[in-house]
Amino acid sequence: MADLAQQDVSGAHTGETRRDFLILTATAIGAVGVAATIWPFIASLNPARDTLALATTEVDLAPVQLGQRLTVAWRGKPVFIDHRTPQEIKAAEDVNISDLRDPQADSARVKKPEWLVIVGVCTHLGCIPLGQKTGDDRGPYGGWFCPCHGSIYDTSGRIRQGPAPANLVVPPYEFTADTTIKIG
Amino acid sequence: MAQTRLSATSRVIRWIDFRLPFVGMLQRELYDYPTPRNLSYWWNFGSLSGIMLVVMIVTGVFLAMQYTPHADLAFDSVERIMRDVNWGWMMRYAHMNGASMFFALVYIHLFRGLYYGSYKQPRELLWILGVIILILMIMTAFMGYVLPWGQMSYWAATVITNLFSAIPLIGQNIVTFLWGGFTVGNPTLNRFYALHYLLPFVILAVVFLHLVALHRFGSNNPLGIDKRGPQDTLPFHPYFTIKDLFGLAVFLLIYSFFIFYAPNFLGSSDNYIPANPMRTPNHIVTEWYLLPYYAILRSVPNKLLGVILAFGSIFLMFIVPWLDTSPVRSARFRPVYKWVFWLLVIDVIALGWVGANPPEGLVVTVGQIATLYYFVHFLILFPVIGKLERPRPLPASIAAAVLQGGRATALGAAGAPLAEP
Repeated sequence: MADLAQQDVSGAHTGETRRDFLILTATAIGAVGVAATIWPFIASLNPARDTLALATTEVDLAPVQLGQRLTVAWRGKPVFIDHRTPQEIKAAEDVNISDLRDPQADSARVKKPEWLVIVGVCTHLGCIPLGQKTGDDRGPYGGWFCPCHGSIYDTSGRIRQGPAPANLVVPPYEFTADTTIKIG
Repeated sequence: MAQTRLSATSRVIRWIDFRLPFVGMLQRELYDYPTPRNLSYWWNFGSLSGIMLVVMIVTGVFLAMQYTPHADLAFDSVERIMRDVNWGWMMRYAHMNGASMFFALVYIHLFRGLYYGSYKQPRELLWILGVIILILMIMTAFMGYVLPWGQMSYWAATVITNLFSAIPLIGQNIVTFLWGGFTVGNPTLNRFYALHYLLPFVILAVVFLHLVALHRFGSNNPLGIDKRGPQDTLPFHPYFTIKDLFGLAVFLLIYSFFIFYAPNFLGSSDNYIPANPMRTPNHIVTEWYLLPYYAILRSVPNKLLGVILAFGSIFLMFIVPWLDTSPVRSARFRPVYKWVFWLLVIDVIALGWVGANPPEGLVVTVGQIATLYYFVHFLILFPVIGKLERPRPLPASIAAAVLQGGRATALGAAGAPLAEP
């Protein structure tokens, strides 16, 4: 007890900074410890390894007629495949790019102009736009129309009207044969 | 008074109360609690909301005993509750419609506060705790709506979580984090179930704080003036316990009507279709109690701004006590605000209508005007009216106003046979 008191006194003489330093480092180590403890809890909410296991989807395009649209599932999301007609390709290419909200040339969004491959998830709030089935409302640009909040996409899947900020996403894919693609 | 009654009780109760001063607290806060004598039926909605919270927790716990939180099994387990579990249909309809009733009560409670200035000094924290409860309720209701895993459940979860994708740079990462995957799926359902069970108890805790803050200064009242002494108040029991119980009986009639005669009137039939991640329903709407926020979200043609305004419309409530510059609480004595208040009511109903209809033509225009008005109302009209308006003279005290008013009624009703005694 007496020792302690003496230390306190000497501390007051020589080391206000020493005490400050100890409090500071102790607090800092404590904060790091708390953060390190919280980390696993937060991280456990991110996608698990089985979910992350990157799935690929192979699609045979041969049966898809000109003008027909096909929906396939990739990572639980719908992917739209559109066998575009020459008119649709021309409509997509003739757009003045500087007029677009998310400027992108049609040629930058396709590997072969007659095949458009896009993720069918509206970039606004994640609804699936209409336009894949015959009789669906395709919107004034002949592409896709999102019924949730009225976003309108053209024949290249680019946003033209409505609240969505970006074009429909082009997933990573490659042609493994002339009429076969591998998505993912 | 309290002393004598407590000492008149049994020795066991006194023994307990000496060590755990709980009985005395209950007596003080629920029995003697001096309450303004002029409270109208608009003051029933707080206690009704509290009772509804208990009903939701009880029905919810029993539903949880029958429900399976898995993407492949959830829908069928809810159908099993509806068809096979004894009284399961009633439990679920009570829970489902209970959510609607809870929001209806809380919204009336909130508008009551806005009309009578219940948020003003010294009740700012009471009001803020109420807003926190509302936000927690919205989160809880949303996650509960996802659990049956129908089409509306799935797409509501998708659309609402996607609101966070509007955040620049890290938006998409946050959404993936919320989902625990690349789309709404089983991990999402599991965590929503856990949180849907947890949050009501958090609400319970905040309600307790709400009550502590309420009992610090007591209820506001239709005159909006402070109580000045015993002549202005009545003990809570039996006067207001009875009044609350009568209100409860009326409320339960309405609630029962929905449970037993129109259980699906407030819901969407699309939610009886199992969730299909490949097909969005043609017309997505939220439950009625979220329609105004949804309308604000849709009225703004920019994603980020729409999300900010939709959230902002609720968060704005936090600063209402400081936006209103008028020193007078009750709208009864505020000749201009009295009418402007009803514009807000109409505006919110208009927003609800906009949210319920597809965003085309007139709906969009009305939505944009109503959204603009909502923010003008709080951010411009509130401070400006408070400054410019000349309030009518306030009565000297609650007792004076009540007794004077009582005499006037008695005189006026002298010839009427149905006059109150």
